[in-house]
Amino acid sequence: MMQSLLNLLDLRGRIFLGCLAAVIIIVPICTLLIPAGSMLHMPTYVVALLGKYLCYALLALALDLVWGYCGILSLGHGAFFALGGYAMGMYLMRQIGTRGVYADPILPDFMVFLNYKVLPMTWWGFQSFPYALLMVILVPGLLAFVFGWFAFRSRVTGVYLSIITQALTYALLLAFFRNDMGFGGNNGLTDFKDILGFNVQADGTRVVLLMLSALALAAGYMVARAVTMSKFGKVVIAIRDAESRARFLGYRVETYKLVVFVLSAIMAGIAGALYVPQVGIINPSDFSPANSIEAVIWVAVGGRGTLIGAALGALIVNFGKTYFTGALPELWLFALGMLFVLVTLFLPKGVLGVIDDVMERRRISKRKPMAAE
Amino acid sequence: MSLTFRSLPILAAFFFIFAILGHGLSPARADASDDIFANFATDKFSDTEKAVVGLAASATPNSLTILEALADGRLYFDASTKIVYFKSTDGALYVATSNAKAADVNAAALKKVRLNNTVRSALQSAQGSMGLLAADPARRRSAAEAVFKAHDIAALPAVDLALTRETDSRVKLAFTQARAAILAYDTTATDLQRLTAIDVLRERADQDTLGHLSAIAASSDGRIKTAAQAGMTAIQSRLSLLSGVQNIWYGLSLGSVLLLAAIGLAITFGVMGVINMAHGEMVMLGAYTTFVVQDWIRVHNPALFDYSLLIALPLAFLVTAIVGMMIERIVIRYLYGRPLETLLATFGVSLVLQQAVRSIFGANNREVGAPSFMAGSFDLGGLAITSGRMWIVFFTILVFGLLQLMLKTTSFGLRMRAVTQNRRMASAMGIDTNRIYAMAFGLGSGIAGIAGVALSQIDNVSPNLGQSYIIDSFMVVVFGGVGNLWGTLVAAFTLGIANKFLEPMVGAVLGKILLLVFIIVFIQKRPRGLFAQKGRAVEV
Amino acid sequence: MAFASDNPSLTASLLYLDGVSVSFDGYKALRGLSLTLMPNEMRAIIGPNGAGKTTMMDIITGKTRPDEGDVFFAGEHDLTKLDEAEIAELGIGRKFQKPTVFEHHTVTDNILLSLKAPRQSLATLFGRTTAAQSQRIEEVLHIIRLHAHGDRQAGALSHGQKQWLEIGMLLAQDPQLLLVDEPVAGMTDAETAQTAELLREIAKDHSVVVVEHDMTFVRDLGVKVTVLHEGSVLAEGPLDVVSADPRVIEVYLGR
Repeated sequence: MMQSLLNLLDLRGRIFLGCLAAVIIIVPICTLLIPAGSMLHMPTYVVALLGKYLCYALLALALDLVWGYCGILSLGHGAFFALGGYAMGMYLMRQIGTRGVYADPILPDFMVFLNYKVLPMTWWGFQSFPYALLMVILVPGLLAFVFGWFAFRSRVTGVYLSIITQALTYALLLAFFRNDMGFGGNNGLTDFKDILGFNVQADGTRVVLLMLSALALAAGYMVARAVTMSKFGKVVIAIRDAESRARFLGYRVETYKLVVFVLSAIMAGIAGALYVPQVGIINPSDFSPANSIEAVIWVAVGGRGTLIGAALGALIVNFGKTYFTGALPELWLFALGMLFVLVTLFLPKGVLGVIDDVMERRRISKRKPMAAE
Repeated sequence: MSLTFRSLPILAAFFFIFAILGHGLSPARADASDDIFANFATDKFSDTEKAVVGLAASATPNSLTILEALADGRLYFDASTKIVYFKSTDGALYVATSNAKAADVNAAALKKVRLNNTVRSALQSAQGSMGLLAADPARRRSAAEAVFKAHDIAALPAVDLALTRETDSRVKLAFTQARAAILAYDTTATDLQRLTAIDVLRERADQDTLGHLSAIAASSDGRIKTAAQAGMTAIQSRLSLLSGVQNIWYGLSLGSVLLLAAIGLAITFGVMGVINMAHGEMVMLGAYTTFVVQDWIRVHNPALFDYSLLIALPLAFLVTAIVGMMIERIVIRYLYGRPLETLLATFGVSLVLQQAVRSIFGANNREVGAPSFMAGSFDLGGLAITSGRMWIVFFTILVFGLLQLMLKTTSFGLRMRAVTQNRRMASAMGIDTNRIYAMAFGLGSGIAGIAGVALSQIDNVSPNLGQSYIIDSFMVVVFGGVGNLWGTLVAAFTLGIANKFLEPMVGAVLGKILLLVFIIVFIQKRPRGLFAQKGRAVEV
Repeated sequence: MAFASDNPSLTASLLYLDGVSVSFDGYKALRGLSLTLMPNEMRAIIGPNGAGKTTMMDIITGKTRPDEGDVFFAGEHDLTKLDEAEIAELGIGRKFQKPTVFEHHTVTDNILLSLKAPRQSLATLFGRTTAAQSQRIEEVLHIIRLHAHGDRQAGALSHGQKQWLEIGMLLAQDPQLLLVDEPVAGMTDAETAQTAELLREIAKDHSVVVVEHDMTFVRDLGVKVTVLHEGSVLAEGPLDVVSADPRVIEVYLGR
């Protein structure tokens, strides 16, 4: 089994996992062991930022699985991310207990404020961490299953699918804005105190959360890699390239799409669940369609259908975003907008695709003189 | 007691009417009116009431003016000289008896004539009864309405009299209804009279009448009660029908907004198969063009303000058509046949346009005013109709009609339809398909631009204006069936009306969510929309 | 509608179409089309554009549902009630007019995905390629003359090679019935002749329906010919008989 796992990894995959391992080892040392005055010390905000990026990278990976390999351009993956985030946020809210402003042992502050008398059924069980984890997987997974079940069976493809995924996340955005949904309305869930008894603000907790995010990204990559390298993955690519051919060969296209879509939604949900304790808030704006489209551009920048490229794209674009919004806030939307245009026009294969092309050309030019001899 | 109190002013009004009938507008005898005015100056409520009654009965030419001044708190008296003054609405002081401008008045000695509820009610009755014979029909009508609401038996003779003299049919109806309201309550009237009256009320069928009938039903029995109850049922069903019609109107209004926003998209997406995520920004640019035009007019030529939208329409079309063609030439034409990439690239364009507008005009909402013909609202058979909304409905239908006409009759329309159906064949026939695509894209964008002009009237003009329309527009086009403008029309109005019927039931947000979910489910049942094209030609 | 067992021509047939009609927005693509194919028979279908050839294939493979008429496979399976994947699993393979292969996969992987093997997602997720499968892939590559190109991306093949690869994919699928739509369109004469040979080879142990415009190619095949016109059968028989039929000359072959 181990052997076959290693076989899955090409050189690039090993480098990627090596980098993640380095993050897991170096960040705790630089943050917790090296004192604050030192050059090598990593301040808390960098840890938080890095952790956030890793969650985005996992979301991008999930999106690449459906878009890059299956040709389903989901403009609603932010919804799965946010649902995973809300599930985790609900656990964190229940942990606040009597430390809230209204000090109600059961009801979160916003419910007391809105005159709730009893905990809504949707919130039952969220005081338990395992239950919350189950929901992190189950809620996005189920939504993806139900949505995909109908959409793929009725053969909604291409742009139509993109538009209705967008409508899906838009509908959820509107729904979560409503106070009577019982998820905190437009303020969302925030003011978290601790997770499994550890203070979410503490450096130690943050470092562990970052390490977990890196681990989740590595695991997500391994799973995605295993899936795409299997015969299943070949069928999925075949469906992307010639759907009716695959159908006439006897493959149940809708089942394959559904499996990939649900798997991807679960990965996005896990990313969201890791994201929420690190940023300390989840609110309905995470459902906004623009967020989901932004995630698509991460994948496009890095190179779709490459998995690592998607993760890389998420990191590049978000570092850029952090830099721009700090230094030149006016220019960020220009830069992001131009990125969309330029990448689709000039970099259809993304950064990783360009690197591949360059290497391919070098290999060919190397081979030619040998053939001439 | 209460009867005498209530009938006093009415009787006065009756006398007043007689006075007018008998003497025309001949000046009243001075001694009588002096007495009346003296009563205003005693600072006693009972005297003031007598004065009101007396004034109504005396037929002094300016009595209506004085009663109005009293109601508005503009009637004064000098406590020492007992002279009564009134202020006109522009603040000038007049002597009440002579109606002449007052001079040498000791302002400090002036006291306001005070009102209490009794006086106020006498005043209203007096004004009401006198209003029944006012020269202005609108005023007579509102007086009739007042009587209708108060259904005071004492007003009956005045109403009867006014009814005989009335020539305006609408006012006459109002008098008849006022009379019916009085009689329907009147326990001394015969059953036949009351039943006839209830029938008249039933015809009127509004919320006030419903109130009357339920009061009558509660206070009577036998045939009257039954008739009143039957009337209530009839009115209730009419009112619910009316609210249904009102909802349909609101729905048409919303639907035309949706259609206006979606119609350009129906061309670029539906006809050319191009996903233009920057479509909403074209609407936004159109709205900002309107803002710029109005801004220029405010500064340079305010007289043109009423024509500002008319001026903005061609400009907005031009601006957005040019921007649209530029987008097509610079970005989209390299992405034909790759719809998902087009979607991403145009989303990028939309971000750039939003930020550009934000940088130039700021992030805040910009004020776009309504020309006078679009302001206000009117009543149509019980429907409240806002002029602005009505114009948008007309405008939308006009735009749709012109577009259809253009596609059906012009050579550009013919070429465009040819390119749509078979690009390669059209190209082989010598049609410059690149040009047609660019022009069609310009057309779609231009229509979005003029949609922006209209939408600037009902929405906030901000850089985010477009975003709020893009998803709705896509829903409309997809629901209606891609490549079918009529489908877009039906879809827009269906969604608009469905939305307005859902709103009162479940609230605005939930209604919208339900519609989104409905469309998501619908697309899965019928992936090609309401009016799908069938056959091999549509295979992608 | 007849019960399958009542009708001798139905029970003996591999493919049985009776009175099939379908229309798109008022346009009648098929009008009462009837056609019977015996096991191991090869049949050429000719006819002008719009005669309903491709629509007929769409109906047999479950892509289009007929408005009326019966479509039975092997005398027992009602194809109008099954979808594409189920029909493919029954043993009907189809080659498209435009060569359709998985362009981003290697030639070998294209064949691998076509091989007769469990199609469920779980099976493909955890299954492995057996030695027997690899051997079969080699055989097919030899038959379609692409054994030297196994590692190339299918998208990099020439047009004719793609046509062969697609036929190879059908072979790997090992269906009882092959539907082949214009296999020699855009091929050189040499390639056309090779393709005819390939199809005759395949026809030895499969039933084949070939739609083709190329008369030389049809003659090369040397099989019974059905002429479609305006959605129904105009003539049927050996090519020499059919091509002498004045109606066929009128609508299709020309004088």
